[in-house]
Amino acid sequence: MGQETRVRTGARAVMEVLQAEEVELVFGYPGGAVLPLYHELARTSIRHILVRQEQNAVHAASGYARASGKTGVCFATSGPGATNLVTGIATAYMDSVPVVIFTGQVPTSQVGSDAFQETDITGITIPITKHNYLVKDGEELPRIVKEAFYIASTGRPGPVLVDLPKDVALALCQTPVPEKVELRGYKPTYQGHPGQLRALAKLLQEAERPVLFAGGGVVASGAEGYLRELAEKIQAPVATSLTGLGAFPEDNPLALGMVGLHGKPCANHAVMECDLLVGLGVRFDDRVTGAIEKFAPQAKIAHVDIDPAEIGKNVRVDLPLVGDISCVLKELLPLVEPATHPTWLERVKTLRNNYPLTYGRGGEVRPQWVIERLGEMTRGRAIITTDVGQHQMWAALFYGYTEPRTFISSCGLGTMGYGLPAAIGAALARPDRQVWVITGDGSFQMGMAELGTAVEQGLPLKILLFNNQSLAMVRQLQHFYYERQYTAVKFTGNPDFVRLAECYGATGLRITKQEEVVPVLARAMQNDGLTLIECLISEEEMVYPMVLNGAALNEMLLPE
Amino acid sequence: MKRTLSVLVENRPGVLTRVAGLFSRRGYNIDSLAVGRTENPSISRMTIVVDGDEQIIEQVCKQLNKLIDVIKLSDITDDPHVGRELMLIKVNADPAVRGEIMQIVDIFRARIVDIARNSLIIEATGDADKIDALENSLRPFGIREVVRTGKIAMLRGAKTKGMEASGDGTGD
Ligand SMILES: Cc1ncc(C[n+]2csc(CCOP(=O)(O)OP(=O)(O)O)c2C)c(N)n1
Repeated sequence: MGQETRVRTGARAVMEVLQAEEVELVFGYPGGAVLPLYHELARTSIRHILVRQEQNAVHAASGYARASGKTGVCFATSGPGATNLVTGIATAYMDSVPVVIFTGQVPTSQVGSDAFQETDITGITIPITKHNYLVKDGEELPRIVKEAFYIASTGRPGPVLVDLPKDVALALCQTPVPEKVELRGYKPTYQGHPGQLRALAKLLQEAERPVLFAGGGVVASGAEGYLRELAEKIQAPVATSLTGLGAFPEDNPLALGMVGLHGKPCANHAVMECDLLVGLGVRFDDRVTGAIEKFAPQAKIAHVDIDPAEIGKNVRVDLPLVGDISCVLKELLPLVEPATHPTWLERVKTLRNNYPLTYGRGGEVRPQWVIERLGEMTRGRAIITTDVGQHQMWAALFYGYTEPRTFISSCGLGTMGYGLPAAIGAALARPDRQVWVITGDGSFQMGMAELGTAVEQGLPLKILLFNNQSLAMVRQLQHFYYERQYTAVKFTGNPDFVRLAECYGATGLRITKQEEVVPVLARAMQNDGLTLIECLISEEEMVYPMVLNGAALNEMLLPE
Repeated sequence: MKRTLSVLVENRPGVLTRVAGLFSRRGYNIDSLAVGRTENPSISRMTIVVDGDEQIIEQVCKQLNKLIDVIKLSDITDDPHVGRELMLIKVNADPAVRGEIMQIVDIFRARIVDIARNSLIIEATGDADKIDALENSLRPFGIREVVRTGKIAMLRGAKTKGMEASGDGTGD
């Protein structure tokens, strides 16, 4: 690449980098300031997916990245195009998803003048990007774009934004694309420190009641194989965070499932009773720990993460270890002897039996039951994307994930409107897989314009929409914390979602009774076009378990 | 607990915003922040004085290290270093008290850099204690205006906190 110096426009140079990075598709929405990029994009073989709103371009790029493990790319114009990206960027940032975002910008001569469609998007996105650039000189463009991809995808991944003034994109650029990235301020640590590795091996060997706790870092580094090997070698049960779902197969006898405020009872109890908790690529979010001073009271805590700033940020750590989870586990494995913990595993079994995941009694169609059936019918192998609300937690608890990169959700920011655009990205990344969106009527209405994109692209998405005509997760908070005064959570103007789907040329199906569940799901699975299933459920459903504010993880509310 | 951080950063527009923004966003307190370029024009040095307990300082350092534009960060509080601050101070100075003020200025080895009918501007450099003491001594005369640069610092002896001292921006 780029040995000889060729003169071309800045926009063309951007395409050279995209091609060198093997970018296959770009999600975006055009506008005047970004037209130079679009002009050049059309002259490459890179596919462009025109979304219906810029926020969804980032969400789609993030769904694509999470499903494929590659870096997602999106384009937007200056001003309103750029500001529409903000929620999408913050969403990707919180879940450490590699995306590179290009925004058009007004010409450099106008930057800072409050010109038409100018915003300081680099200023706005400093707190929500891993890094960002305002390119002032076209000759720097090849280097900057190359750096952007490198930064987004290495170390702890994250979004990187490149703001590109129109004149810079059009100006001639002679500089070739550099072969290598040289960043003196950025050298992620991949290999674990040998002494700390030995110390961790020793802790694991001495533990009587170990729990491994896997998060998004395991998925990001592709460490699921090593994790499984380790868990089985030392017979340690494995809990996961929300982002870690799928990092350890839930049908494995050592699997505890998700831990946290809506975690599985067995996982929560195990964390509270263990004597060693090994966090792997997790960040001990407050939705995981419950009351922090009561968290894992008997445990020594070891924390492995590629981002040193995560270690010791939220919980006390007895053994810090900076590194990539894959590298660390690979080096750790030969250092630990096989072990068994019969008493502990017996205890975990008792916990599992005494505190099963249940959902009590309730309305005609139980969403938890529906998701369990979906898990069985797809054998836990479909890619599930979700929105945010009760349905998200049910999707996390009841599906039964067996592979990484099959649960895609806005975990850290909790962004409603994520599910459908993320599914579009996932479906484009994995045409071999069925992709299901599990959503609620509130969330769906934040992103439903993307039905148009999905149909246009011929994506056979399956959308399972739980319609309770309310923002039921918020209603649940009002139930427990605000004297059951249900304010601003009821929709009375919902559309007929089945007909809405049909309007777009998709198939709409409806579930109103329990006995319709399996046949309707089966019909959707056989249908090769986009299919929306509206499933009518009660607004009084609750997500259980629930750990109330200030309580410890094992002080869960369970359904009666 | 006050700590002095010496931070090498890329000399690029926007770096100061990233650093200062990081402090405000995460609720850390900057005592002072001084910045200027180094012997290498592509690198600037920031001297940052922060106040906070051990846990806060650790987070400050780790978060600063995460910035791509931060090349190297050292906490030099416990290393022997020369720390200096520059102050310009404008005081009321009727002819009747000028002599007295000049004596104080002498004692602190400061300098008078501007004289107006009823006021003087005094320039002083020194560590924070000396600057504070001078300011306190001048207070009785009536201080009109104070401008301070914040601390800059350099390690004593041949030691440097430059690039060659292993520039791993993210490690340890
Ligand atoms: C963009 C955004 N706005 C507001 C919220 C706060 N919020 C969290 S859950 C929720 C209700 C979601 O309702 P719905 O999608 O219908 O799901 P349900 O809880 O009913 O399953 C709301 C409003 C949010 N997470 N994201």
